[in-house]
Amino acid sequence: MRKIVERSLRQAGIDLSEVKEAGNGAEALQALGAGLVDLIFCDINMPVMDGLEFLRQVKTVPGAEAIPVVMITTEGSESNVVQALSVGARGYIRKPFTPEQVREHVIPLLNAK
Amino acid sequence: MKSAKELLAKNHIPPHWPSLLHLAIEEVFEIMLGSKLAGYAGPAPTHDLTAMVGLAGDLCGVLTVRCAQQSASRITARMLGGAFAENEQDVSQHVWDALGEMSNMIAGNFKNKLDGIADRCLLSVPTIISGQDYKLRPLANSETLEVILAFEGQPIIVTLDVHA
Repeated sequence: MRKIVERSLRQAGIDLSEVKEAGNGAEALQALGAGLVDLIFCDINMPVMDGLEFLRQVKTVPGAEAIPVVMITTEGSESNVVQALSVGARGYIRKPFTPEQVREHVIPLLNAK
Repeated sequence: MKSAKELLAKNHIPPHWPSLLHLAIEEVFEIMLGSKLAGYAGPAPTHDLTAMVGLAGDLCGVLTVRCAQQSASRITARMLGGAFAENEQDVSQHVWDALGEMSNMIAGNFKNKLDGIADRCLLSVPTIISGQDYKLRPLANSETLEVILAFEGQPIIVTLDVHA
């Protein structure tokens, strides 16, 4: 999925100077500790910790509180969306998704920085 | 609203589920790969790879996606772009990831089409089996729902085994 998201962003014309990948939430938190990023994508169903727990923990990493997190997930129910937004997600994309949907979510977040 | 357990009360797959699964598969292939699937009418389908996603909660069971290695490679190429890896080890990893992701999206898209179930059904991360010399025995007690469609002429077999 990480490669698909990266490809979708490039297809959407978004300039990516660097893409950091992590196999799970713990790895992603470690990567954040080594350097902040402009935007985070994550799923809800993930090994080690789910996406909602990852979101909560991102908010505790110094300097990372304001990094926008966009969920990309098959969990498409209204309550999932509400829950994700309530713990700080800035966008919610249901799989399957098109590059246009990614673009619609990402451009405003990057422009707002 | 009836729960999945009520719908599966007599261990029969509800009559509208085959068309919903069919639609869920078609949508994933069309949106993610830009491919329109057709009905499959070729010889008995075989497979080299199997992706499995578990479902737990109100809808409990396993969804499998099976296809030939060549089909999985084509899916991966469409998903990631033509040259998606430089060495054989990376090729396998990307193909497994792509097939796992397709199975995850098909399972998720299907459950999201079932009224009132999406909230109360969780998906596992996918598992990939390489090869065809194995027996899969899900602890399901309902009918098996199977949909076979053609992706670029080759069969994609999607099976849902449900535990009522």
